[in-house]
Amino acid sequence: MTMTIRNLTRRFGQTEVLRGIDLTVEKGELVALLGPSGSGKTTLLRIISGLDWPDAGQLTVAGGDWLAKKAEERRTGFVFQHYALFPHMKVRDNIAFGLTVLPRDRRPPPVQIRARVAELLQFLQIPHLADRYPSELSGGQRQRVALGRALAIDPEVLLLDEPFGALDAQVRRDLRRWLREVHDATGTTTIFVTHDQEEAFELADRVVVMGAGQIEQIGRPDEIYDHPASPFTARFLGLTVEIPVNLRAGRIEAPGLDGSALSRRAMADGPATLFLRPSDITPVPDPEGAFRITEAVSTGALLRLRLEGPADCIAEAELPRRAGVPGLIPGQRVRLRPEAGQIFPGGPGPVQAAAVPSLKTKESLQ
Amino acid sequence: MGVTLSYLGVIVLLPVIALVLKGAEIGPARFWAITTAPRTLAALQLTLLAATMATIFNALYGLLMAWVLVRYEFPGKRILDALVDIPFALPTAVAGLALSALFAANGWYGAILEPMGLPVVFTIWGVAIAMSFTSIPFVIRAVQPVLEDLDPQYEQAARTLGAGRFTIFARVIFPAILPAFLVGVTLSFARSLGEFGAVVFIAGNLPMKTEIASLLAVIRLEEYDYNGAAVIALVLLLIALLLLVVSNLLQARALRYKGKTA
Repeated sequence: MTMTIRNLTRRFGQTEVLRGIDLTVEKGELVALLGPSGSGKTTLLRIISGLDWPDAGQLTVAGGDWLAKKAEERRTGFVFQHYALFPHMKVRDNIAFGLTVLPRDRRPPPVQIRARVAELLQFLQIPHLADRYPSELSGGQRQRVALGRALAIDPEVLLLDEPFGALDAQVRRDLRRWLREVHDATGTTTIFVTHDQEEAFELADRVVVMGAGQIEQIGRPDEIYDHPASPFTARFLGLTVEIPVNLRAGRIEAPGLDGSALSRRAMADGPATLFLRPSDITPVPDPEGAFRITEAVSTGALLRLRLEGPADCIAEAELPRRAGVPGLIPGQRVRLRPEAGQIFPGGPGPVQAAAVPSLKTKESLQ
Repeated sequence: MGVTLSYLGVIVLLPVIALVLKGAEIGPARFWAITTAPRTLAALQLTLLAATMATIFNALYGLLMAWVLVRYEFPGKRILDALVDIPFALPTAVAGLALSALFAANGWYGAILEPMGLPVVFTIWGVAIAMSFTSIPFVIRAVQPVLEDLDPQYEQAARTLGAGRFTIFARVIFPAILPAFLVGVTLSFARSLGEFGAVVFIAGNLPMKTEIASLLAVIRLEEYDYNGAAVIALVLLLIALLLLVVSNLLQARALRYKGKTA
């Protein structure tokens, strides 16, 4: 089955939550919807499941119109952030639920349901929890059960809404790996929503970056990481340092900036903004440098520097503390050598509506 | 804490103990004789039967009413919500008078029902209606807040798993509100057993036919038959206690999934 979404629009009162979404998901894919809160990713997921309805647009699965189907007819396994396990049912009854509510003529006999549940419990590595109630489980265990309940109906597509959002870091990592294994073993088409880019990049075949009700970029994780397509995506993916530059013959020019490590760009000459990750900036001590270190903080592994440049330009750099570049202390003048970065035409400031407020650069350079 | 406990002891426990002692004074043989006297038995039977009828109605209607008040938006909803408490606020004698006026042969309802061969006043139906009227808020007010707090995600999860509306109610929603529902039903039944003011106006109080147990206790008292009154009161007390125990057991069963570790 291929899921095709065409020009999907959803309004809540005056607010446009989804503004023309186009997306195709292939059979067996694992897709992440990544975006800050309020970007519409959960609404999109709910529309796919039938728990919400678009104001306009199309949603077809394997050629069939899904908007003509009710939620209970679509067979989407939906996994909620807070699990939504039925509290009065034991784990095995929770998992069996989707099978026991089938219409009588399609419902498997009880023996088969029991066997299917046992098989799933085994597969999800939780057979010892079968006779517990949800209140007797940890968060990670609950999410496994919730996934088992969704998988039991052999869903057309598996939908997960911030599935690991309520769990602590270690459990999150374990479950992430586990979910990937489950996906690879079952081959179920899976779409999950997250605001955590590490999670999206580690888990997904394809990442869909969403901002303010629109799709900003679709691509493989590395592709998106290396080449964010818009200032919004750049900021959201951690390219939080913005330095105003001038482009000449595809090279950047700015006081105190050594752009030799950056490849030439096929872009028109003129003012532009360079977006950088703090970890991609190497500060080089230079008495003539245009930037001055105003603050140096160690996080143990990293040395985090705050830098002030010409015309109130503020930058941040991050480097391994033990690499031990001498002289990186407050007051020292440096020049900056970006190792990688993204350039967008136009000066700094509110060029694009930024959903992630991270303007480290102040208005300047005129 | 001491104050509240002593208060509870003086106001609630002491009268109950006094009643039990009074009953014990009478002796088992005499106790049995009074209880099984035809007039007492008839009164107890009527009271229990009418209270059961009233409670079944209250359980069904109260659940529906709570559902409507929580799940639907309509003009006048807040007024309706406030009206629910009227049976509690109204003096029961007023309720009794109003009901008998309505259901009397020349009343608004009675004028329709009586020609149809459905007399209400002076029958067990009248007793049940009066009981039902005064105790219906119990079910509504017990279920309503639980229904309001029910996380919509449970229903949504059930829908994505393929469950239709009826299945969702039966298998997801009802189990969640069952403990509160049981509380409401128990209280409604207990209140119906003891309802006096509203019932005596509409029942006609014909001995052996429409005479409720608490009225019989009053009659015995007026005849200076303290023992007779105490025995009837004690039987009502025992039934109420039994009811509470059963209700608590059922609740514990309905709640067995909760708080074992959480």
